[in-house]
Amino acid sequence: MKSFTVSKAVTALMLAGLVLLPLYSQLSGNIFILTLFTRIIILALAAASLNLIMGFGGMMSFGHAAYLGIGGYAVGMLAQEGVGSGFIQFPVALAASALYALVIGALSLRTRGVYFIMITLAFAQMAYYVASGLARYGGDDGLTVYKRSDFSGLINLSNRTQFYYLCLACLLGVIFLIWRIVNSRFGLVVQGLRSNEQRMQAIGFPAKRYKLVCFVISGTMCGLAGALLANNTDFVSPAVMYWTRSGDLMVMVILGGMGTLFGPIMGAVVFLLLEEFLSQITEYWALIMGPLLLLIVLFGRGGIMGLLGRAGRG
Amino acid sequence: MLLVVEQFLNGLQFGLLLFLLAAGLTLVFGIMDLVNLAHGSLYMMGAYFAATFAAWTGSFLLGALMALGATLVLGIVLEMSALRHLYGRDHLDHVLATFGLILFFNEAVRLIWGPAGLALPLPAWLTVPVPILPGIHYPAYRLAIIVVALLVALLLYLGVMRTRIGMLIRAGASNREMIGALGINIKLLYTLVFGLGAALAGLAGLMQAPILTVQIGMGENILILAFVIIVIGGIGSIRGAFLAAIFVGMIDTLGRAFLPNLLRQVLSGAAASTAAPALSSMLIYLLMAIVLVVRPEGLFPANRR
Repeated sequence: MKSFTVSKAVTALMLAGLVLLPLYSQLSGNIFILTLFTRIIILALAAASLNLIMGFGGMMSFGHAAYLGIGGYAVGMLAQEGVGSGFIQFPVALAASALYALVIGALSLRTRGVYFIMITLAFAQMAYYVASGLARYGGDDGLTVYKRSDFSGLINLSNRTQFYYLCLACLLGVIFLIWRIVNSRFGLVVQGLRSNEQRMQAIGFPAKRYKLVCFVISGTMCGLAGALLANNTDFVSPAVMYWTRSGDLMVMVILGGMGTLFGPIMGAVVFLLLEEFLSQITEYWALIMGPLLLLIVLFGRGGIMGLLGRAGRG
Repeated sequence: MLLVVEQFLNGLQFGLLLFLLAAGLTLVFGIMDLVNLAHGSLYMMGAYFAATFAAWTGSFLLGALMALGATLVLGIVLEMSALRHLYGRDHLDHVLATFGLILFFNEAVRLIWGPAGLALPLPAWLTVPVPILPGIHYPAYRLAIIVVALLVALLLYLGVMRTRIGMLIRAGASNREMIGALGINIKLLYTLVFGLGAALAGLAGLMQAPILTVQIGMGENILILAFVIIVIGGIGSIRGAFLAAIFVGMIDTLGRAFLPNLLRQVLSGAAASTAAPALSSMLIYLLMAIVLVVRPEGLFPANRR
């Protein structure tokens, strides 16, 4: 944090923009932009959690959207059963995600590489089909959340601005947590495992246990995003767990810059804004988006953060 | 009895169809080490081409043949223009780039053919029921799929195991630098393999087209199934893909057919009818999870390095 670089300047600018956005929305009367950015921030939180295992831990999870669903369903199901308090809903959402991550992590981490990508995908698909089979909670059609989580006067989730700032606070909190984790002894071990697992094991680190803990932390963070997302859309359905959603999250992380602290936020903002913008100029927005992704992979190594880094040097 | 035989054959037919898709995927994966999510798009394109060409020419067979050629060409163009540059890159890059291709193909189809699905009508001679056992009839078209797919599987086996090109393909799978050093044009070989995989996907798509409607996104669900198959079978192994495909096809079809009744004996009617489809879709993923936990490299790992 000593010298001025382009990527730091852009990151600071983006964060300032996110903090000041409700002000702009209020002044211009543009409510839509606030709703859009609430969604962006929530998905940025999910992408940041994926980045913790993918970028720093080298674990390519292709089933991260499952946690969005689990967190969301925890909120939705409790609300349906008459438990409206956020003080119960959110801890349950986090605990359920952590438990799911613990179980599938313990099984999945036996494999590596492409097999790991595929087994996480398989578990997410299973979660998707379980949700489709929940007849009591809407099955395929999804579940409407009639009342947002109630934090007994502390914060009102139905107020757009308050909800926006809650999401932003969660995002920044998670980013801070990831920053602390990555620079801790634990985080260094996990990053060491990414570079060379055999060597780390030879020095005496129990590789699987470290990876599993990292996997569970990431899943729990994403469960938080799921609980927020259900509150944002007042609705949760199996579709949030579909594999293309996991793909979207991966795209955000890689687009922004894998293994960088603020890359996933950048990726989520750019990806979702691009989607929004392109769908406004043409109905066939994916016709441009698809090849764009291909070009980013072919020529833009390291994502936006990598690009900014090069711009700063060059 | 009738139902059991019929569902058994349906399972076999679906399994063989999945094999066609999985074979191309596992070849590309095993030889070029490329994770191609857009393989399902080639399957979809095969179906769209067949529906279009069949409508043009008025002949199902002619349309199917032209569609086969078209997907082969499409695969080769795709490889030469984009995917070639991804070899040797990280798997994650493959996932991202081919994810982009899926978006592209889905939109391109929407633009060219419109959002509504197409139908590929069968000629009259393929719709008659054929007696297979005394008193048991089975649709001729589904039988034809079984025969064609078995034939293709046999040809593929002979081609890979008994011909010179097949030998080069196997050699390329085990050590690409070495066969490059021996003066084999590895770029051409890769393009050829990719084209072959695309044609197989197209064949699966066009054969499935008369049974289901031809629609956008039809390749995505089945692509995931194909991935499950190659992971269960062991990446790069055609034999593994064949056995796993039949296995998965059977489990999926039989599960869908008989699970609702089994569940109804334990659960109430309404609960069973919503839980059963979900449970039978889950079965395959459950199977894959079990296989990976017990054998992290798949059931029949190809001998690599």
